[in-house]
Amino acid sequence: MSKVEFNKETGPREVFCGLTSIVWLHRRMPDAFFLVVGSRTCAHLIQSAAGVMIFAEPRFGTAILEEKDLAGLADAHEELDRVVNDLIARRPEIKTLFLVGSCPSEVIKLDLATVAEKLNKRFLGQVRFVNYSGSGIETTFTQGEDGALKALIPLMESSNEEKLLLVGTLANNVEDRFKKIFRNLGISNIESFPPRQSTELPKIGKNTKVLLTQPYLSDTVRDLKHRGCEIISAPFPLGIEGSTKWFLAAAKAFNISELKVHEIISPLINRAKLALDSHKEILKGKRLFLLPESQLEISLARFLHNECEMDLIEVGTPYLNKDLMKEEINLLPDNTKIVEGQHVEKQLDRVRESNPDLVVCGMGLANPLEAEGISTKWSIEMVFSPIHGIDQAADLAGLFSKPLKRNQILTSKTLVTH
Amino acid sequence: MELTLWTYEGPPHVGAMRIASSMKDIHYVLHAPQGDTYADLLFTMIERRGQRPPVTYTTFQARDLGGDTAELVKKNIKEAVERFKPKTLLVGESCTAELIQDQPGALAKGMGFDMPIVNLELPAYSKKENWGASETFYQLTRTLLKEKVSSSDKINPLRWRELGRRPKVNILGPSLLGFRCRDDVIEIQRILSEQGIDTNVVAPLGASPDDIERLIDAEINICLYQEIAEASCEWLKRNFGMEYTNTIPIGIKNTIEFINEVHEKLDLPLTNKEELENKSKLPWYSKSVDSNYLTGKRVFIFGDGTHAIAAAKIAKEELGFEVVGLGTYSREMARQVRATAKDLNVEALITNNYLEVEDAMKKASPELVLGTQMERHSAKRLGIPCSVISTPMHVQDVPARYSPQMGWEGANVIFDDWVHPLMMGLEEHLIDMFKHDFEFVDGHQSHLGHTATNTNNILNSDEKKEKNCKEGIIWTESGRAELTKVPFFVRGKVKTNTEKYAILRGIPEISDETLYDAKAYFS
Repeated sequence: MSKVEFNKETGPREVFCGLTSIVWLHRRMPDAFFLVVGSRTCAHLIQSAAGVMIFAEPRFGTAILEEKDLAGLADAHEELDRVVNDLIARRPEIKTLFLVGSCPSEVIKLDLATVAEKLNKRFLGQVRFVNYSGSGIETTFTQGEDGALKALIPLMESSNEEKLLLVGTLANNVEDRFKKIFRNLGISNIESFPPRQSTELPKIGKNTKVLLTQPYLSDTVRDLKHRGCEIISAPFPLGIEGSTKWFLAAAKAFNISELKVHEIISPLINRAKLALDSHKEILKGKRLFLLPESQLEISLARFLHNECEMDLIEVGTPYLNKDLMKEEINLLPDNTKIVEGQHVEKQLDRVRESNPDLVVCGMGLANPLEAEGISTKWSIEMVFSPIHGIDQAADLAGLFSKPLKRNQILTSKTLVTH
Repeated sequence: MELTLWTYEGPPHVGAMRIASSMKDIHYVLHAPQGDTYADLLFTMIERRGQRPPVTYTTFQARDLGGDTAELVKKNIKEAVERFKPKTLLVGESCTAELIQDQPGALAKGMGFDMPIVNLELPAYSKKENWGASETFYQLTRTLLKEKVSSSDKINPLRWRELGRRPKVNILGPSLLGFRCRDDVIEIQRILSEQGIDTNVVAPLGASPDDIERLIDAEINICLYQEIAEASCEWLKRNFGMEYTNTIPIGIKNTIEFINEVHEKLDLPLTNKEELENKSKLPWYSKSVDSNYLTGKRVFIFGDGTHAIAAAKIAKEELGFEVVGLGTYSREMARQVRATAKDLNVEALITNNYLEVEDAMKKASPELVLGTQMERHSAKRLGIPCSVISTPMHVQDVPARYSPQMGWEGANVIFDDWVHPLMMGLEEHLIDMFKHDFEFVDGHQSHLGHTATNTNNILNSDEKKEKNCKEGIIWTESGRAELTKVPFFVRGKVKTNTEKYAILRGIPEISDETLYDAKAYFS
């Protein structure tokens, strides 16, 4: 492991909670509904993070707890029953209903597992009920997906069929590209988790080789291991380097030669390098500060340093699983400062002191930093944009070069006044 | 438990944040888990604020719950006070912290600080954002002024004469994330100044705790938004005898009434009365012949209480529209909205469920919708033009240009914003004239772009579906042929009216003649 500096920090944070991941999960599985059992704050959070006004009727909602629900627990169970009945009557096309725990439901210890069990019996053959917690007292942002996927694992049937299982939500077009490349490599049995339909869960077993597409799935990985799956150790498919090593690791697990991998992906690498050049020109030598939010920070730092030649000031992450991240950490330059957790005020002090060229941060901080003259990139965009794979490397770099380029345009005089 | 897919208002602590963020030298320590920090983006993204809201979130986690969350609260309060040095500290909790009952306000008061501390108790499971904002502003005002209550005589609104100065008023209610508040304040100050009235304090927007302590230097209060300021105005009236205005100066008539009310309260003679009507272009624009086509346009209104009521009055009395629906999500103002609706012979819709609003909109078949950003989306789906008149805020509701709703300029803005989505009078006349030309595309509405064809499809498919309407009435060939000759933008109305007429008269088949009979009957 390279000489990376690890730090931990606690204090006030500025991050989303796990409920936010519903925004991309519900789009991945159009036959699923996500019902948060929570407060008006939960409802307001999701709609604010997602800007959901564009939907006629979204496939997520909140059963808002009211004073009378807090008075007695038995009552709350009945109330939830009623809400679920109404919902299913209204949306008969729903195949899987996720009951999502929140901060208040966790604190009052509302037993969603029991509720789900009862509902599963009642709606047998019609709707499946799954529960997990997206609460902010337990999860940060992308960890919500970890919880949702973990909750689906018990529903997955066993099979000893050899297969490659891609785990973590990907944009559909990126997923298609990956599958095509794997088929070209000679891996024919490839499935994705989460699937595009909630009812088409992959079967898993001891010949399932799991390749993670996202770095935030610690709990899911643990449970897949318990089911006998083999976890392929690899960096994550962000940028050319990460994606190449990711393909190589998968190939190795299937006894496919490195030569074959290079033969197939070399043309991709060559054109990706070409596309990356213009962004690298802007990013080279620029100093980067990543605030914690998505858990993608370490992979992004590796990509932006190794392939775009940016200098890393600090790499924040809300949570660090050193085991899952070891391949990534090995690729980081020496003396990289990783900070797990957050004290937002102290961290912003460090941002100001270090005067970075670019800060990756949440939406609450972006404009205030811009107003101080510091360019920013919102981290939430990483989870909504197709950024994985060799073909997307330039697009990924573009997310970071754009604010700098814009800054350049707005501060320079290019037209002569006649 | 209430199933909510989307909500017009956030939780009450977001209302408290609106007050804290609107003001200077205030800090709000909010006992809340990390996810609640999302609320910062409402200010930094929607309002494009260049400063973070002055809020410290205690960020308690599950593992803290077994231990001492009270210590965590105290640590955060201490750090926030040291770092931000506020003149007044607000302390409160969000929904989750309310359940663990650490009583952060009481904890803060026991920490020995010199500054005033406002303990906010905002019940998250029964109240909403506007109530939270109102309560916070009220508690803040009360905390900062309560010591002056007994020592002060009641404020005589006429004392400005004895003091030998111009009368002074406070403008209360404008806040961040309030609809066009930034510009309303400028407009109202300008109007007051023209009338020889000075502004003492504007609060909460831009005010500091020192300004709140100065509120009693004014003679009266202007209650600009009842949702936020009425509770504070009422307290100031009870304890200092300060009168406050009830008229919301949106629209020409209400602006004039507002100016009259201020003058009456201050016993100030209104010298330039006849000039007032000419301050805005709305009265003349509304009178000009092109606006004839606005007569009786069916309009559906939904928004916060203040803006919905004001919109109804302008629509009916200043633009000559017909109000076919009126509603609000502000339960606190339900009584007033119901009263206005009664005057307009419609039933008030009081709900926080946008799907109910969409249903009511569909049933009312309006030609124009005045609503929130959500009604704009619903109206778009139905192919009906819409103008946004109320919060919840969207980045588009914070325009770069000066764009008030209140006062003279506000009336100009309203005329443009409401009328431009409709087809202009002359244009409507020409389309009617040329509609039988082959170049004419049925459904053409220049201002609606592609959505216009949707309207047409909706009507057409309705016609196909309901060739025989529910009550078993049949449209004959001649009836249907005649109906297609009716301009598309009134076709729906003509169809409904004719069917209503047929039912009324027990006519089983609608022919072209029935159409004309119905037309005569309803005109």
